[in-house]
This record gives sequence, C-alpha cells and structure tokens, in this order.
Amino acid sequence: MAGKPRLTYLNGRGRMESIRWLLAAAGVEFEEVYLETKEQYDKLIKDGFLLFQQVPLVEIDGMKMVQTRAIMSYIAGKYNLHGNDLKERALIDMYVEGISDLMQMILMFPFSPPDAKEKNLESIKERATNRYFPVFEKVLKQHGQDFLVGNKFSWADVQLMEAILAVEENVPAVLSGFPQLQVFKSKMSNMPTIKKFLQPGSPRKPPPDAHYVETVLKVFKK
Amino acid sequence: LPAKPKLYYFDGRGKMESIRWLLAAAGVEFEEEFLETQDQYEKLLQGGSLLFQQVPMVEMDGMRMVQTRAILSYIAAKYNLYGKDLKERALIDMYAGGTDDLMGFILMFPFLSAEDKEKQHVSIVQKATSRYFPVYEKVLKDHGQDFLVGNNFSWADIHLLEALLMVEEKKSDVLSGFPQLLAFKARISSIPAIKKFLEPGSQRKPVPDDKYVETLRRVLRMYCDVKAN
Repeated sequence: MAGKPRLTYLNGRGRMESIRWLLAAAGVEFEEVYLETKEQYDKLIKDGFLLFQQVPLVEIDGMKMVQTRAIMSYIAGKYNLHGNDLKERALIDMYVEGISDLMQMILMFPFSPPDAKEKNLESIKERATNRYFPVFEKVLKQHGQDFLVGNKFSWADVQLMEAILAVEENVPAVLSGFPQLQVFKSKMSNMPTIKKFLQPGSPRKPPPDAHYVETVLKVFKK
Repeated sequence: LPAKPKLYYFDGRGKMESIRWLLAAAGVEFEEEFLETQDQYEKLLQGGSLLFQQVPMVEMDGMRMVQTRAILSYIAAKYNLYGKDLKERALIDMYAGGTDDLMGFILMFPFLSAEDKEKQHVSIVQKATSRYFPVYEKVLKDHGQDFLVGNNFSWADIHLLEALLMVEEKKSDVLSGFPQLLAFKARISSIPAIKKFLEPGSQRKPVPDDKYVETLRRVLRMYCDVKAN
C-alpha cells in the first residue's frame, strides 16, 4: 500500500505551495523534505531523483513526479477535482492556467531588485484587478453557482482561492470591487479541508521573507 | 461556429506552433486568422473572445479556448494522444513540461538584442544537451520502444520532435551525441500526418524573422525590451 505523498522543496511557498493547497483541499495528508543546502540539492540530482534537475519533486503512487503542472493535473485527476468530462476539464485548465500567470508574478516578486519592487507590485495589482479577477467575478455572477465549473468543487476553485489570498497579502483591499469573489472567498474558507489548511500548524507556508529568498539563492546557486 | 478548429494568432510560430503541430499530427484540418493590425486585435478584445485578453485563441467544439496548455491538453485528450490512464498522462505531462521549458528559451529568442542572442544561443544548446536531450535519450534507450510513453504515439512524441527540430535549427549537429533521438526523429518524421506537416505548403510556420518580430511588437505593443532568461 503506497505511503503518503512526499514533497521535496524548500521550506517556503515557491512553486510547491499550489501543490500543498491542492493536496490539502483534497484531504490528502503528505510529508515534506526541506532543501536547506546546495549539497542536499546536488545530491538529489546526482542520485537521479530529479528528471530535469529541478524541484518541485513529489513522490506519489510509485512515481517521482516533477513539473508543477503535471503534478497538479495528476492530483486533480486522482481526487476528482478535474471536472466530469473533457469540456469541464478544458474550462478548469483555462482558469488554472490564467491564475497561474498571475501567481507567477507573485512568485517572482520577492526576487525583484529593490528599485523594481514598487513597479512590480503595481503590475500585480493592475493585472489582478483588470485582467484576472473580473473574469472570475463574471463567471460566478453569470451562473450563480458556488463553484467555478460544473457546479462542483474543483482544482480551479482551489487555485483561485490561493491566488486571492496571495494577492490580498500584497494588495489588502484588492477585492473591494468584486462582491462575488468576496462571497467565494468566504465560502471556500469554510470548506472543512480548506478551513483546516488555513489554521495555524497546517502545512501552509508563510509569505516569503528575506530568509526564504536567501535560501533559494544559496541552494540553487550555479 | 466553424466545423474546423480556427486558430487566432500571428502569422508565425510563437505559442501557437505547438498547437499547429498537435492538430496536424492528429490529422485535424484547421483554419487560421492572422493578426496583422492593432485594429484587428482591438476588435477581438472588444468582442470579448479573449478570456484573459491574450492569444493564442482556438475556436473549437463550441468553445473559445485560450491558454496554450489548456488547448493542447484538450486536443491531446480528444484525439487519444494522452495515454490510456492517469499515470501515462502524468508521464506525458512531465515529458511535455520539459520540452515546453526547452522551447520556452527559444520562444523569446527573436526579441533579444544581437548581443543577448549570442549568449542565449549558447545557453539553449547547453541546456538542450545537458538537461533535456539526455532524459529523452535515456527513456527511449531504457524501454527500447518507438514512442516515449506506453508504447503508443502520444502528444509527448509530437512535442519532442518539435523541440528537436527547433534546437537543430540553432545548431545543425546538436543531435550527434544522441543516437536514440536521431532514430526517434527519423521515425516520427515519417508518420504520414507529420511527414505532410513537414513538407512545403503545410501550415507549419518558418523560423521567426524580423517581420514577425515587428508585427508582434506593433500589434501587442509589447516585447520591445526583452532580456534573456
């Protein structure tokens, strides 16, 4: 019988955080290994664990999975969070990919040079409020359902919830023009698995700080 | 809505090329509308057909699909190029993720300054030969089968062929240390639908030139100051 999935990454959000969210939302317990030194990372590569010499790495169901999207697709498929048919899956994928573009901006933000920080923050705010949030506000308004796709909880809802909270950490009043998203955020927060993940002591990682940035630069130094 | 899928993009490779490859390999005929002016692009935007205000956009099966990965996944699944179960799909996704990253280095190449182009050229060849090609070489060597996953033709094979040819365009002998990949390239290129796509007159787009760069910069008002990645 397979053990719990095992996640290998740094002790911080980065590209692994969306995977933590999805596993947690699906009610799946997992273990974590934290990379703290370059030596640990080099050893993983040398021992052949990392297909393309990169993390995230998720050991699950006998596979050593890499590539964030591949991992999340697998988890979503396995735990019935990827829609009921091809068309629902297509919608979920479109929404997730869009949100992921926004999350990419947030991912890179802590690594901005000091003179670009303000501009990058403004970009995140602009994109969130003009490009991404209006789409999901409209989707929810048009069908009036609790979830983005097919009237059923899916990967798209988890990803949107993660994005809303991540943007809010940087732009506190960002949801002020989005009543549907405010309701959505509240509903998602009350779903048992998500509620648990949002409580202290869960595997959720805190916002990236200077120490996290330093660790990333140290571990992945060429 | 049209019976054939309709692709909205520039008359050039960019992010749409992998979609053209996949449709062609699946034997699916498609139409294309090429963006040439700001007006055309504005019209698409105002018309509300670009979910996140971006192309590629593909009209197919009653949907206006955006986001390259979502489109590719849909087409792969629809035409049985996505493995027979979740685990095969996971492998295909992993392999396609790698070739996608590799092709990503080449995607921005035309927009770089001459000096950055030189550096990026070296970087592309180095990444291809030290990080990506060895992986696929080993996969093919280990199982000795014709295709990457599950002994069946899949999206992973099509995407890898596209990547191999793209890197070869940068350095013609880049596959010389990879006998499995050379054989793979010959084998997959000779599949009828792919062979047809590789012939002149197909919808495959040429290596991006200055005209393509100029069109994108003008229509999107972007990519005027791109740095190497």
